Amino acid sequence: MEAQVTSARYDVIVIGGGHNGLIAAAYLSRAGKKVLVLERREIVGGAAVTEEIFPGYRFTEFSYVVSLLRPEIIRDLELPKHGLKILPLPSTVTPLDNGDYLAAWDDHDLTRRELYRHSPRDAEAADEYSRVMARAAKAIKPVIGLVPPDPSSLSWRDVRGLLKLGRYGASLGEKEIYRIAKLVTQSSADLLDEWFELDPLKGTKSASGIIGTFLGPRSPGTAYVLLHHYMGEIDGAFRAWGFAKNGTGGVSAAIASSARALGVEIRTGATVAKVIVTGGRATGVALENGDEFSARVVMSAADPKRTFLQFVEPGHLPGEFVDAIRAFRVRGSSGKVNIALSELPQFTCLPGEGPLHRGAISISPSIDYIERAYDEAKYGQFSRQPYIDMIIPSMIDRDMAPPGHHVMSCFVQYAPYDVEGGWDDAKREAFGETVIRTIERYAPNIRRAIVGKQVITPKDIERIAGITGGNIFHGELLLHQLFFLRPAPQWADFRTPLPGYYFGASGAHPGGGVMGAAGKLAAHEILADWR
Amino acid sequence: MTDLYQLKRTPFHERTSRLCLPQNWRRWAGHIAVGSYDLGIEREYWAIRNGAALIDVSPLMKYLVEGRDAARLLHRITPRNIHRMSVGQVVYTGWCDEDGKMLDDGTITRLGETSFRLTSAEPSLRWLHMNAVGMEVTVTERTEQMAALSLQGPKSRAVLNACCATPLDGLKYFRMAPNLLAGRAVTISRTGYTGDLGYEIWMEVADALPVWDALLAAGNDYGIVPCGILAMDMARVEAGLFMLDVDYTAASHAWIPGQKSTPLEMGLGWAVNLDKPGYFVGRRALEREARDGPAWKLVGLEVDWEGLERLYAEAGLPPQIPAMAVRASLPILKDGRQVGYASTSTWSPVLKKYIALVHLERPHYEPGTRVSLEVTVEHHRRHAPATVVALPFYEPEWKRK
Repeated sequence: MEAQVTSARYDVIVIGGGHNGLIAAAYLSRAGKKVLVLERREIVGGAAVTEEIFPGYRFTEFSYVVSLLRPEIIRDLELPKHGLKILPLPSTVTPLDNGDYLAAWDDHDLTRRELYRHSPRDAEAADEYSRVMARAAKAIKPVIGLVPPDPSSLSWRDVRGLLKLGRYGASLGEKEIYRIAKLVTQSSADLLDEWFELDPLKGTKSASGIIGTFLGPRSPGTAYVLLHHYMGEIDGAFRAWGFAKNGTGGVSAAIASSARALGVEIRTGATVAKVIVTGGRATGVALENGDEFSARVVMSAADPKRTFLQFVEPGHLPGEFVDAIRAFRVRGSSGKVNIALSELPQFTCLPGEGPLHRGAISISPSIDYIERAYDEAKYGQFSRQPYIDMIIPSMIDRDMAPPGHHVMSCFVQYAPYDVEGGWDDAKREAFGETVIRTIERYAPNIRRAIVGKQVITPKDIERIAGITGGNIFHGELLLHQLFFLRPAPQWADFRTPLPGYYFGASGAHPGGGVMGAAGKLAAHEILADWR
Repeated sequence: MTDLYQLKRTPFHERTSRLCLPQNWRRWAGHIAVGSYDLGIEREYWAIRNGAALIDVSPLMKYLVEGRDAARLLHRITPRNIHRMSVGQVVYTGWCDEDGKMLDDGTITRLGETSFRLTSAEPSLRWLHMNAVGMEVTVTERTEQMAALSLQGPKSRAVLNACCATPLDGLKYFRMAPNLLAGRAVTISRTGYTGDLGYEIWMEVADALPVWDALLAAGNDYGIVPCGILAMDMARVEAGLFMLDVDYTAASHAWIPGQKSTPLEMGLGWAVNLDKPGYFVGRRALEREARDGPAWKLVGLEVDWEGLERLYAEAGLPPQIPAMAVRASLPILKDGRQVGYASTSTWSPVLKKYIALVHLERPHYEPGTRVSLEVTVEHHRRHAPATVVALPFYEPEWKRK
């Protein structure tokens, strides 16, 4: 095949057509730049894709809820006009081993009533806990929208940024500062033990502190991740939290449609081999098939490892920086099992079709249960009794499965990327079976209802979505990998040591989830540098 | 099981739901409560002021505080002198955090030497437990085990005398005594939330329906009317009684310091016993505030009717006032500058005045101060002249007699 070198010169080439890449492209195009997005797969979306693995059953394959998609992105890119609808996911039900359940509904009075049934003390503590966490989240939230200033730098911009942060910190008052200091150093288990006595409540709340990290609820630093979940809460009804119509692939489709309407060119089936460097500057991109495209600026929306260790010759980057990226932890710790069902799973704790089917169902009976699941993963095994977060997309959006049938999305932790002996078909099968067996304990009809199932290991996340290590956040949300340390010290402002090369994806500040902030902020910085 | 997806029903639901024909339900502390039994609320309001109104107040949070240190605990968390309470006495109190900011308010009844009943608007179990460390005291929530009815109005005593074993004539204002009503053991306190003669009847859930039936039967000759919480809301404003989450924000719920209030700001200076011995939560902050005087104060506001009428007349309209209490924040101005806000405003049917509970900055809270209240007249922002007055707006002589 003849390699072609296009003469078409772009202002910006974005590597990776995931939601961050598409968002960055759309913003750049909106600002008048000529933008090309290169996506390796035949579909855009990255880890936010919806695919019909079994005919008629649509799986929201990897990511499955929209957590914090920035409302200003929805407005700026007119995503509702391009089909975005975020539907409510109103509850979380935790089935218990004694046949009962613990539920959190979307109504304060109902949740209080439910908790009260199990523990009057926790019912009141939960009210106060959520207020305290919401206040702390409100305090820390402005930080998320900022390009992180580098505390070691003396540049005017950084100093100004730090001053702004410092003034803001001082305005919070002592109590809030202490609270945050505690939150960023504690384990989620320690934090929750201070507040609650109910095991399933603590288990379920702790789960959100470990998602996407290779840590257990007793590991320090996990309390901070709990706080992340309150960021959306404080916007109340304005938040973008829920299940996207057509799954997270629906989000990607809306962004892609908006990007195209703004003039972005999107090429799929375009696997990037190298970033072309000329005269110490990134000047274009070479594909694996030999095609080359040139541009003034290249932005990577791939993971940090790929961005800096694969696309760029190490010689173009400082050794220290390369070292920091090598050390960046991207240990995949979770898998997905997507199931096509001929009938709804019947949970023994809440028989019949009910509100639990419209929300999340969490297998998280206690902190011990999750910590034990982590123990196995630490030593290279997938959890024999894993933490599972299930939703039934077809109950929220009937278009996800044929009439009368259903699809179920099961997020499963822990499944280590480096499983002992490596992942193979037999091990994947065994992992899938473990998940079904775990669910079966609470919903005995699940096995006979299975029409088809797709088991996704971290290795599969890497292979299909192209995320090194299969970590859903492109890099764990650990304290030493956040804010001005993400992805590497001094390079958290979406610029890189290679001039003309930018980085804006989940591995950059402020981190992962279908949030889009990294893509938007990176585009903003590219435009700020434009001359 | 599916009722767990619903709000709670009170022990009187079997009766109240049959009478609540307009399906006018409201939320109250996780329960559904009758807003009004009629399409309008006038008949119920006038029962409070002229007859006897029977109100289901079961959603009130109720706690039993018992043990050697029961008085010590309540003395510690409230600014009232609990040790001086006699058995059978009831006190109204607010309580504060360490900064002297209000957390909640309610009544404390001394049931015996070492047992008390506390009512509150918000769940308070955690706060009570936190402050009871090291004390010999048990706190039991009784909200769902105990039903409560409020019988309010000038005829309420006569109704009770017609169905109770012991006549109520000797029961003084803010006192409680056990009684038998329709043969059921109840305690009756001379308390209420209307500023009229009135009683509250406390009973076990199993006795709820017989007591309800007996009261309605006995009250028939006295014009008893089942009354929803909307009519009570108008009456409580006339009585100058404020409500959590409407007229103030609990310190524990506040997003910002400016949302918090102290008891002195809420006009509860009379219920802050700084002369009482020993520590209580918030004491230091309240002493400081008592010395300097509160920066804000909750007071009454009477809108000049003629002035209001003129604003409407300019738009070619007769005055238009909502038929029930309005829980909207309305700015109050003095010489064009905002000096406070109204948190609840209502037409007072008995006074024939438009009144409001207002929060004003020092020095504007002095009675007699002339201010103006923002009103929307035919979609335009106008300012009605008004006068600051002392609370309550309405206090009939029979309330305490």
